[in-house]
Amino acid sequence: MAKFFAVTIIIIAILSAIPVLRHTWDMPEDISTHGSLIDEQMTETMIEAGIAFLAAQFLLAIFIWKFSNQSPDAKIKKFPGGAKALVIAALLVVGIEVLALGVFGVKAWANVYLTPPAADAMPIQVQAGQFAFYFRYPGPDGKFGAIHPELSNEGTQNYFGLDPEHDPASRDDIVAAEMAIPVNKEIHLLMHAKDVGHSFFVRELRVQQDFVPGLDVSLHFTATKIGKYEIVCTQLCGLGHYNMKAYLNVLSQQDFDDWIKKEQAMQ
Amino acid sequence: MHDVSAPAVHHHAPPTSFIRKHVFSLDHKVIGKQYYALALVAALCGMLLSWMMRIHLAWTNAAIPGLQLLSPNGAPGGVMTPEYYLQLMTMHGTIMVFFVLTTAPFAAFGNFFLPIQVGAEDMPFPRFNMMSFWVTFTAFIVLMASFFVGDGPTLGGWTQYAPLNSVGSVGGPGQGLGVILWMASIGLFCVGQLLGSLNFITTTLDLRVKGMSLMRLPLSAWAWFITSCMGLTAFAVLMPACILVILDHVAGTSFFVPSGTVMNDQLLPHSGGSTLLWQHLFWFFGHPEVYIAIVPGIGIVTHILITNMRRPLLSQRVIIYSMGALAILSYMVYGHHMFVSGMNPISALAFSFPTLVITIPATIIVLIQVFSLYGSKLRINSASLFSLGFISMFVSGGVSGFFLAQPSIDIMLHGTYFVVGHFHMVMGVAAMFGIFAGTYFWFPKMAGRMMNETLGKIHFWLSFVGAYCIFMPFHYLGMAGNVRRYSSFVDDFLQPLLPVHQWITVAALLTGGAQLIFVYNLIHSRFWGAPAPDNPWEATSLEWSTATPPPFDNFGGKHPVVYHDPYQYGVKSSVGDYVMQTSPEQVVTEHEEK
Amino acid sequence: MATTVHEPPRIDPDRLPAKGHTGHGGWGNFVPTDGELRVTLDYSPPPSSTAIWVVLFAVTMMFAAFSSALIVRKGSSQDWQSFTLPPILYLNTLILLASSVTLEVARRRVSAFMRGMTSRAEHPARWLYVTLFLGLLFVAGQYIAWTQLRAQGLYLATNPSSSFFYVLTVTHVVHVLGGLGGLLYIIRKLSKSSLRRNALVATARYWHFMGGLWVYLILLLWFKV
Repeated sequence: MAKFFAVTIIIIAILSAIPVLRHTWDMPEDISTHGSLIDEQMTETMIEAGIAFLAAQFLLAIFIWKFSNQSPDAKIKKFPGGAKALVIAALLVVGIEVLALGVFGVKAWANVYLTPPAADAMPIQVQAGQFAFYFRYPGPDGKFGAIHPELSNEGTQNYFGLDPEHDPASRDDIVAAEMAIPVNKEIHLLMHAKDVGHSFFVRELRVQQDFVPGLDVSLHFTATKIGKYEIVCTQLCGLGHYNMKAYLNVLSQQDFDDWIKKEQAMQ
Repeated sequence: MHDVSAPAVHHHAPPTSFIRKHVFSLDHKVIGKQYYALALVAALCGMLLSWMMRIHLAWTNAAIPGLQLLSPNGAPGGVMTPEYYLQLMTMHGTIMVFFVLTTAPFAAFGNFFLPIQVGAEDMPFPRFNMMSFWVTFTAFIVLMASFFVGDGPTLGGWTQYAPLNSVGSVGGPGQGLGVILWMASIGLFCVGQLLGSLNFITTTLDLRVKGMSLMRLPLSAWAWFITSCMGLTAFAVLMPACILVILDHVAGTSFFVPSGTVMNDQLLPHSGGSTLLWQHLFWFFGHPEVYIAIVPGIGIVTHILITNMRRPLLSQRVIIYSMGALAILSYMVYGHHMFVSGMNPISALAFSFPTLVITIPATIIVLIQVFSLYGSKLRINSASLFSLGFISMFVSGGVSGFFLAQPSIDIMLHGTYFVVGHFHMVMGVAAMFGIFAGTYFWFPKMAGRMMNETLGKIHFWLSFVGAYCIFMPFHYLGMAGNVRRYSSFVDDFLQPLLPVHQWITVAALLTGGAQLIFVYNLIHSRFWGAPAPDNPWEATSLEWSTATPPPFDNFGGKHPVVYHDPYQYGVKSSVGDYVMQTSPEQVVTEHEEK
Repeated sequence: MATTVHEPPRIDPDRLPAKGHTGHGGWGNFVPTDGELRVTLDYSPPPSSTAIWVVLFAVTMMFAAFSSALIVRKGSSQDWQSFTLPPILYLNTLILLASSVTLEVARRRVSAFMRGMTSRAEHPARWLYVTLFLGLLFVAGQYIAWTQLRAQGLYLATNPSSSFFYVLTVTHVVHVLGGLGGLLYIIRKLSKSSLRRNALVATARYWHFMGGLWVYLILLLWFKV
């Protein structure tokens, strides 16, 4: 039975590795400017984790194979080097490996979170509420009107609680249920939570960020490929969480300008 | 000669009435068995819930016969609503993490065996010990009650994030009374565990018999001791957090709900609360909690493996230090659950490094275990199979941690099935394997009967292969971006992944079914198993030096004396290839030391 | 699989265990064949002594959680309104600290009594009763502080500052009541002449900790609330 177990472990290890090596289920293509560093980290980590996984399972299997069903007279042997060698190996190999991952990962992280948005980044506000995303563009005046939560009304489609009567800045704000952005233009995404926690996740853009009720957070990114992508909520927000999504349309500058004009007319 | 060194603990005479013997017992062995029974019932409930979840995910519109009886609103005609899925999911997680993974490896086995392994007659505070079980039991009842009252259990996940946890019923079904019951249950659970930790720590430090120095304690005892220290710190922080949530519900405070919260077009009256505050408090508890779930398993499995390898480890001391390092580091890493939560991005880096570093003691433990197999005389039985399986599972679950420890990668994997795969492999499988291994190993001592080995091996094979079939695909789903906590998969990009979910569901139903073999084995062996000898595994630690099952005061009025380290295997002695800790016998050995 | 049964060897009561360990867990540390058998250190602290430190550590963590919640909550938004602490709190502090002093006096008197070394005619529990009385006075004083706050319109939910005030002071009083229960237990055991020294020491440690904790809390409240 021991040998059978050893073989099973090896088969399982190899079968587990196959989908990874064949890229059967992979991340989608990266359409962002910052994502290449993330993808590199991912590949690097996969290689190191994969080697560690395979080596550990193989060693376990080999030792089970070799050292079970021994005769009662067999001598107990000690692995050369003993515990000391193993501790040193772990400290050195694993230590250097994880520290390298950590250090190189800082750049990928800093690129997203520790760099300020460009001065000419286009501001767009997204509001997450049970169970939809709504997007707001500042309009020709370039300013967002203030949000008045007490005025928020789904029935009259005043999702952001704007007060156009008393607040001139909000009169030209454009509110849409889909997010459209021009390609190759940096976007400064301002994130507002209407009620509970939500999250903004676009796989192709390599962005994910929670909305924090009571605190407005922001993200910046640039999309490099025209297309239609899904924005999904990844923070459990209630019964409609599974269905909470919106489309992100990355358009050419011309198409985007057309779209904005159309949306403006519909406000 | 009066032995002054062994403190007299037993102030109570053996009980005579049924209630005192089996219900309100002060005996740590009975309490251990009660915890085990509680964990078993909880595990079956949790597993049933997982079946219902998986069926719904694979066949969303399928009617589950009978479900409408449990909740006519949640599952009209047996078809689960999205909210009911989330409610079942929340209960699955809560029951499994608290009432199975904290209860069985730590409270159940620890209560039964820690006093015996240190040579004591009982724990120093038997009344607090009894209280700890009944408080935990009450917590379980309170939690389960939420199925049957109001609009059902809370749907916010076992992590109960704010402000969803504090806004009340306006947040969804179960968010009013359901949350209050959850918080009350878990608050009680914390109290029960604190009482348990009190006993474990004092037993380990103060009740060891003559000759039992700390370094002569078996690894399982060390694991329980380290775990109880972690529990002391972690549970004492979760309880106040639960109290604050209850106050936000019933007293109109705003600890966690900020101003400007609009639900159902109504502005909620709260102001100024901090949603991140809950996350900090919860994860300060939550991360050590998962180590509380795994460290006893590490200790138990290593203890069992050594017995079945017939040789001591390459270094016991290194394992002890590594478990200690895991415990200490576990407090410094909790922010890795919050990388994209909106907390300061520099904190993310600060939490990321200890998270990566914690790989090192975990690796050392696995290396010592694996390389102690080298040159050993490995015996294969149910207990050792599950122990070896633990190592395989712990490695599989651990390497996915490499990814999640890095904030930049976490951007892509947070909130996906990758995370779910990671924690199920380490907790749902590895820690469970630790419980199974402990059961097969210690059942003879606890019940006086042997379990059926054939059924044990069948249980192992089905569980080992089945668990990989279920949880390895979770990682692939996560890499593809499959979001977690979704009651069904309607997004465009998720449609191609549905067949994977169906595979997983079938595997889960089959593997879950295999667990019934274990339950059958337990119950059948309890009444009709072959009588067990005192030391069926030829093991060395103190529990094997006493009768099977142990008498009321564990050692029959005698105080054992400890002469040896705990793992004297691979020697030639009068009894075989081992020397028990309590034997003064000196033996000749052919191996070199150090 | 081997299921052979071996009788455990008979324990020879005259052979003492050698000191130390190998660090392996096994292979070594045998009883030496010749020379002096070193005796292991046999002293263990009494369980109630360790237990009280465990309990106090858990209580510390609980108040640490509340303290950090206070600090985070105060910093997370602009709605924190400070208020003046009711002056009776300072009197209560003195009362609680005085009760620690009286408890120490009580401890010495009781110890002397239990060793039969006292010539005093007074009841040995007198100073325990004084401590109990001061403790009850403290609780009453805290209650008065709460009524004074309510008279000012500061309730649990009025403002986060008042929320934390009530949460911290109520939790502390609950623990003080536990300490009073401990004192009653000590008094009862003393009257039945079955008091163990360790129980008295543990109760005293707990009580002094409650005093120290209160000093910390009042400083926290004074600076932050």
